[in-house]
Amino acid sequence: MLCDMKSMRIPILIAVLGVVAACGGAGKSGDATSVLNRGISTEPESLDAHRARSTQAADVLRDIGEGLVSYTASGELTPGVAESWELSDDGLTYTFHLRANAKWSNGEAVIAEHFVFGLRRLVTPATAAFYAQMLADVSNAARVTSGVMQPSALGVTAIDDQTLVIKLDRPTPYLISLLTHPATFPMHPASIEEHGDAFARAGNLLSNGAYVLAGWIPGSVITLHRNEHYWNNAATAIDEVQHHVLTQEMTELARYRAGEIHVTSSVPPESFEQVRSELGDQLHISPYLGVYYYGYNLIKPPFSGSPALRQALSMAIDRDLLVEKITGRGESPAYSWVPPSVDNYEPTVFSYALLSQDERNNIAQGLYEEAGYSAQSPLQLELRYNTSDTQRRVALAIQSMWRDVLGVETKLINEEFQVLLANMRDREITQVFRSSWMGDYNDAHTFLSIMQAGNSANMPAYNSEEYDSLMKRAAEQVDLGRRRLYLEEAERVMLADHPVIPIYFYVSKHLVSPQVQGWGDNVLDYHYSQHLSLKAAE
Amino acid sequence: MLRYTLLRLLGAIPTLLLVIVLAFLMVHAAPGGPFDDERVLPADVEANIAKAYHLDESLPKQFVRYMSGLLRGDLGPSYRYRDHTVSELIRSGFPLSLQLGAMAITLALLAGVSAGTVAALRQDSLLDRVIMSFAMTGISIPVFVIAPVLVLLLAVKVHWLPAGWSGSAGAAKFVLPVFTLALPQIAYIARLTRASMIDVLGRDFIRTARAQGLSTSTLVRVHALKPAMLPVLSYMGPAIAAILTGSVVVEEVFGIPGLGQFFVRGALNRDYTLVLGIVIFYATLIVFLNLLVDILYGVIDPRVRYK
Repeated sequence: MLCDMKSMRIPILIAVLGVVAACGGAGKSGDATSVLNRGISTEPESLDAHRARSTQAADVLRDIGEGLVSYTASGELTPGVAESWELSDDGLTYTFHLRANAKWSNGEAVIAEHFVFGLRRLVTPATAAFYAQMLADVSNAARVTSGVMQPSALGVTAIDDQTLVIKLDRPTPYLISLLTHPATFPMHPASIEEHGDAFARAGNLLSNGAYVLAGWIPGSVITLHRNEHYWNNAATAIDEVQHHVLTQEMTELARYRAGEIHVTSSVPPESFEQVRSELGDQLHISPYLGVYYYGYNLIKPPFSGSPALRQALSMAIDRDLLVEKITGRGESPAYSWVPPSVDNYEPTVFSYALLSQDERNNIAQGLYEEAGYSAQSPLQLELRYNTSDTQRRVALAIQSMWRDVLGVETKLINEEFQVLLANMRDREITQVFRSSWMGDYNDAHTFLSIMQAGNSANMPAYNSEEYDSLMKRAAEQVDLGRRRLYLEEAERVMLADHPVIPIYFYVSKHLVSPQVQGWGDNVLDYHYSQHLSLKAAE
Repeated sequence: MLRYTLLRLLGAIPTLLLVIVLAFLMVHAAPGGPFDDERVLPADVEANIAKAYHLDESLPKQFVRYMSGLLRGDLGPSYRYRDHTVSELIRSGFPLSLQLGAMAITLALLAGVSAGTVAALRQDSLLDRVIMSFAMTGISIPVFVIAPVLVLLLAVKVHWLPAGWSGSAGAAKFVLPVFTLALPQIAYIARLTRASMIDVLGRDFIRTARAQGLSTSTLVRVHALKPAMLPVLSYMGPAIAAILTGSVVVEEVFGIPGLGQFFVRGALNRDYTLVLGIVIFYATLIVFLNLLVDILYGVIDPRVRYK
């Protein structure tokens, strides 16, 4: 025992000093510049718009880049890099006129060739872009993606520096809204060539939007600085934007309440009532382009070839009660597949939507018996959902509604998200499964197209010749009014077959600090930082 | 001792190999893949992605590819954080987790040993009872309960400390995470120290020392503390493991971009390379820590001999 406490003091002292030194240097504050702190719920996969996938990545990308077309704060289409555009009479050729003062963050001009380069890169197989299918209606896009044609065959041409022509295989009224998506933003060829895979890192990434990437700590925060070369820089009010990656809603709420962030990406369900009563004026709830649904496995019993049974289960769900008591964050009950907030579309609703729940239950019981089930021989089914508190609560409620109204014996099976996805795709053991669909653009097509036979997102494996032919007819229409009629008819046909149970339509939920000005609620839930400004704290 | 250390190091190689093979098989056996999502990709797009990330190859081929990268020190690109390599993520996450862990262990040792010693010296007094009930509470309340409560009290209500990590400046942001992480360990170490100290204080050599007229403080510092620390030292292995796993929760709750957070996200996202990289990194670390503890044990207790 020669070593006494004296000799142990030194290592302890060193440890303590090291700790103090380590945390000392991080301090910085920027009172002179205005800094907007926003929460995002997941880390963007990448800031290479072609390797990115999540809506969160797209949110950041919309701050740093700009497409031909953009959105206003309230969600209306507005010219972006393109000042104007025209469409040929056959609906197949768009000509875009780019603004001459559009610049990259290094001061170089944004020219039509940069869009051509970006769009070709998007569909090139080697890029492995998640949104490669976005351009499916552009001439030859699908053939390039499948490797049959060279990228240069893509129907996108730069006539001169300021003129870009996009040729389509079929009329695509929603093309303009697709061109607001980051996957269609211009790319700077020289910087990609120079930096290769690392071109999207801070210091390398050239941007043509209101902000430029200044720093990125994975799992923590993405810092953007004002892009002095942006053509509309004079209209940008906020100098610095920090996107804080806050995966836990409760953490995000605590940080908001502590005054550390100005805008949250969500509001946790367990605190929603409290937030509504305490911070009601800061709470923004707005319809969102997304549907929460239960799908049937249509290729296996008991749901293959039994539309009556599928309808009975759908009708027995009291959606109004569900959104009021279970989800309770302003969601609206879904009686159609396409959300009512979609532009230029009137969703078809279930024929029973106007009946009271009691009347629906009566009909449902009749259908249930017609399908051959009764109290003596009840339907036994398995309902799969991904592990989460909200999903569990919804599943429990529906389980009890089915039991009370029809006598169905439902076994609830919760699975990790990736496991559920794998089972849904296999279609071997699933019977009823929870899923959702979020619109990629503000058009009914983004919802209706996935129910076409062979669409990879068609989880129930719905297959109806009538539906597919109506969708095909709709795709041939140049006239928006006629196209809309075909789409609405297609939805009517699909709903009558009950391949899915739409349950509710999502809403976006944000807490927005009273300091933040210029916030606009919109169905796309897009909130460009360049539209916001900060009022001095009181 | 050198021979012993070398032999142990050689023995670590098959252990690590086994860990790598098992981890590789397990991540690939988990249902789903890194690019599965509710929005299922069209077949062409999916095929292009599988090809770009070599997921279209057979499992043995992927393993050989991974191992040959590993031998060159290349842990591959992360599938989820596509702009970063796994090595970069470990380099950015580990120092932070280490800092947190080191601070938590230091705090746990200082506070735990002091509290335990005081409690032992005042055995069965009111002070002893108070310390021990605090210790019991510290052990029983899980981290994911303590953390939000502390945040609510100290950050949201009174604004003394930042509620989150990113963007906040200075040392203050370490306080809540370190305290949360250390609390159960303080409690555990306090109880261990108390029990062991009471045992040591009853031994003959202490009585002899006391008979020689040593003051209580000298007695504890010079004679009693070291033998009483032995159980605490053997507890350091589990304590470090507990802090590593505890840091997963703490990093999630406070939004700290440490290795724990990457590990959890990696597993949920089926980010094969990231999970494998961190498993290999931790496995190596733990093998070496175990070796280190064994060597240290010999330094403190001369009865232990290396064979």
